[in-house]
Amino acid sequence: MTRDVAVLGAGMHPWGKWGRSFVEYGTKAAREALADAGLEWSEVQSVVGADTVRGGYPGYVAGAAFAKALGWQGARVTSVYAACASGAQAIGTARSQILAGMADVALVVGADAAPKGFFAPAGGERPDDPDWLRFRVLGATNPAYFGLYARRRMALYGDTTEDFAQVKVKNSAAGAANPYARYRKRVTAEEVAASAVVADPLRLLDICATSDGAAALVLTSMEFARRHGAADPVRIRAVSTATPHYPRTVLDLPDIATDSAAAVPEPATGFRASIARNAYEEAGIGPGDLSLAEVYDLSTALELEWYEDLGLCGTGEAAGLLREGATALGGRLPVNPSGGLSSFGEAVPAQAIAQVCELTRQLRGQAGKRQVPCARVGMTVNQGLFGHGSAVVAVR
Amino acid sequence: MPRLRKPVVAGWFDQDAADFRLRGTRCRDCGAVFFPREDSFCRNPGCAGVVLDEVPLSRHGTVWSCTDGRYRPPAPYPSDPDTPWEPYTLVAVELAAERMVVLGQAAPGVTVADLAVGSEVELVPGVLYEDADTTWTTWHWRPAAPRPREAS
Ligand SMILES: [Zn+2]
Repeated sequence: MTRDVAVLGAGMHPWGKWGRSFVEYGTKAAREALADAGLEWSEVQSVVGADTVRGGYPGYVAGAAFAKALGWQGARVTSVYAACASGAQAIGTARSQILAGMADVALVVGADAAPKGFFAPAGGERPDDPDWLRFRVLGATNPAYFGLYARRRMALYGDTTEDFAQVKVKNSAAGAANPYARYRKRVTAEEVAASAVVADPLRLLDICATSDGAAALVLTSMEFARRHGAADPVRIRAVSTATPHYPRTVLDLPDIATDSAAAVPEPATGFRASIARNAYEEAGIGPGDLSLAEVYDLSTALELEWYEDLGLCGTGEAAGLLREGATALGGRLPVNPSGGLSSFGEAVPAQAIAQVCELTRQLRGQAGKRQVPCARVGMTVNQGLFGHGSAVVAVR
Repeated sequence: MPRLRKPVVAGWFDQDAADFRLRGTRCRDCGAVFFPREDSFCRNPGCAGVVLDEVPLSRHGTVWSCTDGRYRPPAPYPSDPDTPWEPYTLVAVELAAERMVVLGQAAPGVTVADLAVGSEVELVPGVLYEDADTTWTTWHWRPAAPRPREAS
């Protein structure tokens, strides 16, 4: 029995700052995904929304907000939230429903309308909320954590700020060829070096922006796809939504401290690597099988961390892989051929879905100038605040 | 009228203690240490402990990493938007005995150039912010050894 589900349709609203409602963006992406699948909205049996915390109440019930906007038609509804990993949870939920026989056709949608500047916590006086505390007590923004990771890489592995800039150069070159990207201009290392320092050693162009955007997928059972005439669709083979193992010994936002490894030794595999490992195990593949990967480059330095966590190279070897050009378009294992967060800016609940949209286009051979030749296996990986793993393996 | 001195978070440190320390808790059953403090349940998945005793954390540690904040963070960070922004340094400190990393602001004047990864730092009491009637106290990290700049 197959554990695959088919990706019949992928759709997106271009990323940017458009000043409109997240519902409008999501509806546009959903309609595009349905058209791509050749299906009517009335044929969708389950709609799964990835929530946004920035859209008021409709954002907390995103599944229903999108279902209403598309026109109530009685479909089963689910809304999920897992910070940056919300999209993977939405995909995982739709996939579970399909594999359990609860639905043949599911629509997954995530959309956000982002604020200007730093992400900030919800209001009020909430000293029991780690996300509130890190801002209140330390002023520790997301880029502050990215800066800590970057400096540690420099100290431990000899990465340089020039290496970090080269990640931006690489991703901006790919993003320039992506019509859905917000930033579609190639960036040079000199431009990165000339941008303002935000959180030493990271500069403005090392850190991803926050964007409006939306992404949607139409997922179906393999039987439905065949009946619908899709003999060889892109298939989702694994969805990893792992949580960490205690004790977590790598400082992670929004925490002010790690767990202590004094009573219980730290696990052999760290959290980020375990997200990838679970996906590999579920799909029955390894890093050597990948044609491409979409990783969560919240900062340029963080993209390098993912190379190691995905097992594309050993610990501390990521900058070497970058320098030899392996992860650029035309390299042996392109990473972020979409242009990544670097070219999109983060639209939180849409981003993990957008990663799978890129895999879908690549595996279909429809990625135009960004096309990875003979792409057969793609993987996405991402991590949501408060311990949410997110990885998807798609094959064709 | 003098400002009232208040800790920015209740229960994390005694702002007036002679031996200034961060205060965590330790599970009586398994010995796991927690900061921020856990007071109801042990989070070790292999432990059913419900009694946690307050324990002072090490006063010395080594730099795990550091960075700085060149732009004013959003609320609830206490900061007067009408004053020019003064960047400050953030440092993540590895405590050997507790085998954990604790974040904090560096003492005023300490920059990332003073905090090489692996170098020794110590905990000191500090002030986060002063508003009309309150001085909000916090903890700071500062280099433990004499800094080269001062030595020369
Ligand atoms: Zn315990």
